Parts: sequence; structure tokens; C-alpha cells
Amino acid sequence: MKDATSQPVIEAKGLNLVFQTADGPVQALKDVNLAINQGDFVSFIGPSGCGKTTFLRAIAALEHPTGGTLTVNGMTPDEARRKRAYGYVFQAAGLYPWRTIAGNVRLPLEIMGFSRAEQDERTEAVLDLVELKGFGKKFPWQLSGGMQQRASIARALAFDADILLMDEPFGALDEIVRDRLNEELLKLWARTGKTIGFVTHSIPEAVYLSTRIVVMSPRPGRITDVIDSPLPKERPLDIRDSREFIEIAHRVREGLRAGHHDD
Amino acid sequence: MTALWLALGFWLAAWALNVWLAGSRLSQTGPGRALVPLIFGATVLVLWEGLVRGLGVAPVILPAPSVIAAKIAVELPVLWQDFTQTILKGAIPGFLMGAGAAFLTAIAIDRSPFLQRGLLPVGNFVAALPIVGLAPILVMWFGFDWQSKAAVVVVMVFFPMLVNIVAGLQASERMQRDLMATWGASYWQALWKLRLPAAMPFIFNGLKIASTLALIGAIVAEFFGSPIYGMGFRISTEVGRLGLDMVWATIAVAALAGSVFYGLITLIERWVTFWHPSQRH
Repeated sequence: MKDATSQPVIEAKGLNLVFQTADGPVQALKDVNLAINQGDFVSFIGPSGCGKTTFLRAIAALEHPTGGTLTVNGMTPDEARRKRAYGYVFQAAGLYPWRTIAGNVRLPLEIMGFSRAEQDERTEAVLDLVELKGFGKKFPWQLSGGMQQRASIARALAFDADILLMDEPFGALDEIVRDRLNEELLKLWARTGKTIGFVTHSIPEAVYLSTRIVVMSPRPGRITDVIDSPLPKERPLDIRDSREFIEIAHRVREGLRAGHHDD
Repeated sequence: MTALWLALGFWLAAWALNVWLAGSRLSQTGPGRALVPLIFGATVLVLWEGLVRGLGVAPVILPAPSVIAAKIAVELPVLWQDFTQTILKGAIPGFLMGAGAAFLTAIAIDRSPFLQRGLLPVGNFVAALPIVGLAPILVMWFGFDWQSKAAVVVVMVFFPMLVNIVAGLQASERMQRDLMATWGASYWQALWKLRLPAAMPFIFNGLKIASTLALIGAIVAEFFGSPIYGMGFRISTEVGRLGLDMVWATIAVAALAGSVFYGLITLIERWVTFWHPSQRH
């Protein structure tokens, strides 16, 4: 919405992606058009099989589209990947068990060739940011699931890419932990001004977090609605009881239902 | 007959002692836990001694432990020379070379699907060759000394190591590999920082299997030609001379060496793969 004149950070035009499976081709994405601007918080919501994760993976060059164009910072996704344009947070924390929490956060920095001093400095800073100060020397299996997921977010933030891609990062956590991490994620987004792509299948989570909500539907995976959120940037948890919030949530639900009628 | 009754009495007493130890608070402590198997081991030896003496078993069938111990004490220089020849020169260098070669081959296979289809079947084929057929050929090729024994060990160790390393290199999870991709990591970075650490539990399984194979290979290979020392040579010649006490002494040394070798690998494994669920405490 803001800076509509500047070039989008992520832009998909007529994007198609077909998987070749043993049961024949599966159309995971069909004719997807979307532009994500600098500083947007965009949620992708839809039932399983709607291609939301596939789209995020395509942005990250972990999947390769079979048609249309997709650019990240004006480059192909693969170029952007090699330029370390984004941090990616997966459904599970995926921490390496032989490394400490600090060692895990430091890993991308080691690979990208940061100096030892800068590795230490950045690791400490991002662990602080996700409120894991003092846990750096623990091993992943010594922490709770929520703390592990926070460590994986710290790892994605450590090298300070402008784009953060998150694939149902809080899906496996209980409601209370999820609320808390949602709140923290919003604060972090406000502080850093990053562009965030966020996959979820929770309507309240999508509405609470996003500036834009992309509703998708399956078979073939496609975008059925894009909702610009009128909610203010400052969002306390109880905003979820406000009339506006409930109206957007309703529209998302309608969109999801409409997608389902198409089967 | 008194020896037999004494031994049986010792057995019952030690049994009762172990039952009491296992139930007592002492079994929770380190020394207490070490004591139980030690008592059991001592009981086996005492029972063996008592049975052999009490029933008058011929030394050719089964010598008493005390006779074997006396033989070890007397023949220590010979046993040491055999040990040096077979273990230090034959088994360990062969083990290291075989494991190293398997490692390099596994990396090559990992890099190239062509080699994966070509080399694994060849490795499988070599592993299927019987050692009693292979050993004489390798003795012909590499001579009577330790070189041919090391070569037999290399052949025996190579395939189990290769299979384990290749399997280990696929052990990392897809998500962990995707993470490496999102950081723009090179093949060697991903190998070094992710895939090799993830492979370590497999590699150590291979090393443990290979350590026993190395010992067997080095000893058996000496049956097919060796200088006039070495553990395999000693066993085969002493059997011919009915010197069964010397055969047992050599077996004792082999068992001890094998246990130490295996224990050493287990120790290193515990240190390297401390993070693996099977090693966490």
C-alpha cells in the first residue's frame, strides 16, 4: 500500500508450478499474480494443498516454477538465494543438535564468512532480540519447543536479510505460546521494518499479524482474495475482540469457504 | 574333588553377594556398579578352574585359567612380538586404510550418481568374496609379512564402512539441507557443517563392526603364510603341537586387544555423537 510507486520486493506474474508425481502432474500453483512491497507483512492462508508453502518455497528458490515470472529484489529467486536476500523459518525449528543454541545461530554467519568478532556480536544481539539471553550455551534438546522455535527465528535474523519468510513457524506450538510469539514477532517487525511472508492456516493469526492477507484455495493452488488490513500497526492482543478484526476474519473465512465450493 | 566343591561354594557365595549388591544402595554408585560384573567375571574363572581340576579335564581339551595365566607370564616376549606383528602392523593400519578409502569412495559416490550405480555393486561383489579364498591370493601378491595381512583387512573393512558412510551422508533431514540452501552454502560447506556431523552415528556403527572384522582378518590371513611369528601363525602352529595353553594365551591377548580397540572407538563415539538421542544422559 505504502510506497506503491517503488518497485515491489517480491513480484509474481502468471506464476505456474507443476509437480511431476507418480500419479501424474499436479498443479501446485496456477496463474499466481502478487506484488509484495518493502515493509509489508503478508500472510498466506488456505487449506492444505492450496500451494501456500509451495509459493513461499518458490520465493526462496527451494522449488522451481514451471511458468510465469517471479522476482525477488528484481533478481531471479536463485540469484537472490545466493545473495542471501532472505531468512527462512520452517515449521519445525530444525536446529542442529550437535551445536549449542549460540552455535546454531552462528552457523549461517560462519557460512557467509562473517568475522569471528562479528559472529559473536550478532549472535548475542539476536538472541537478546528473541529473549533467549543466557541460553546460548544450552543444546537444542534442552529447551522447550517454543524456545527452540525462537532460536530458529534468531538464526534467520542473524545475518539481517531484508526479507523474512516464515512457513507456519508457530503451527506446532500451543495457543498461549503462539499468542506470545505472535506479539513478539509484531514488535520485531515494527523495530526492524523487514518484509515478511508468513504462511499459516489460522485465521486469527493471519488477521492479527498481517498488513495484507492472501487467501488461497486448492486444486489447483491459486489466489482467491487479497485483503488489505485496516488495522493499525500498533496491535495489542485484545485487538482481536474489536469489530474491525472480526470483520476481516469474517471476510477471510468467506474467502476460504468460496474456494472450497469450487471443488 | 575338593576343588570342584570349593568352586561351587565360591559360585554360590558370589551369587548371593551379587544379589545383595544389586539390591543395596551401593549399586547406585559408580564403584558398586563396576563391582557386580567384576565379581561375575571372577566367578566364571574360579568355576572354570574348579571344574577343570575337580573333573580332571585333559589340558588339550581345556587348560585351567591358572595354567593359561602362567603361560602368558612366561611367554610374554613372544606374545608381545605376535601382538606387534598382527595387531599393530596388520590390523590397525589395514583398518585405517580401509576406513579411509571407504570414506573417500563414499564422497565420490555422493558427488556422482554414476559412481553410485557403478561402485556400490562392485563393493558388494568384493565383500561377497570368501576371506579363505582371498587371503592366499593377497599373500601371493603382497608377500608373507604384515603387508598382505593389512591388505586382507582393507578388503574386509572397506565394504561395511562404505555402506555405513553412504547411508550416513543421507541421514540429514530435508529441512536441515534446505536451510543450508537458503544460506547459499556450497557443497563442501554443507558437507562439513551438516552432512558429516549428521552421518557420525552411522560412521561409528561402521567403525565398530569394522574393528572386529579387522582383528579376524589379520589373524586368519596368517594361516595362509606368514613369518614365524604373529597371532594367527602362533595359533595354527601351536594347535599342531598340541600346545593348547599357548593357543589359549594367544586367544586371551586377542580378546583383550579386541575389547580395548572396540572400547576406544565407543569412547570416541560418545565424545563425538554426544548429541544423538542414544548417547544423551
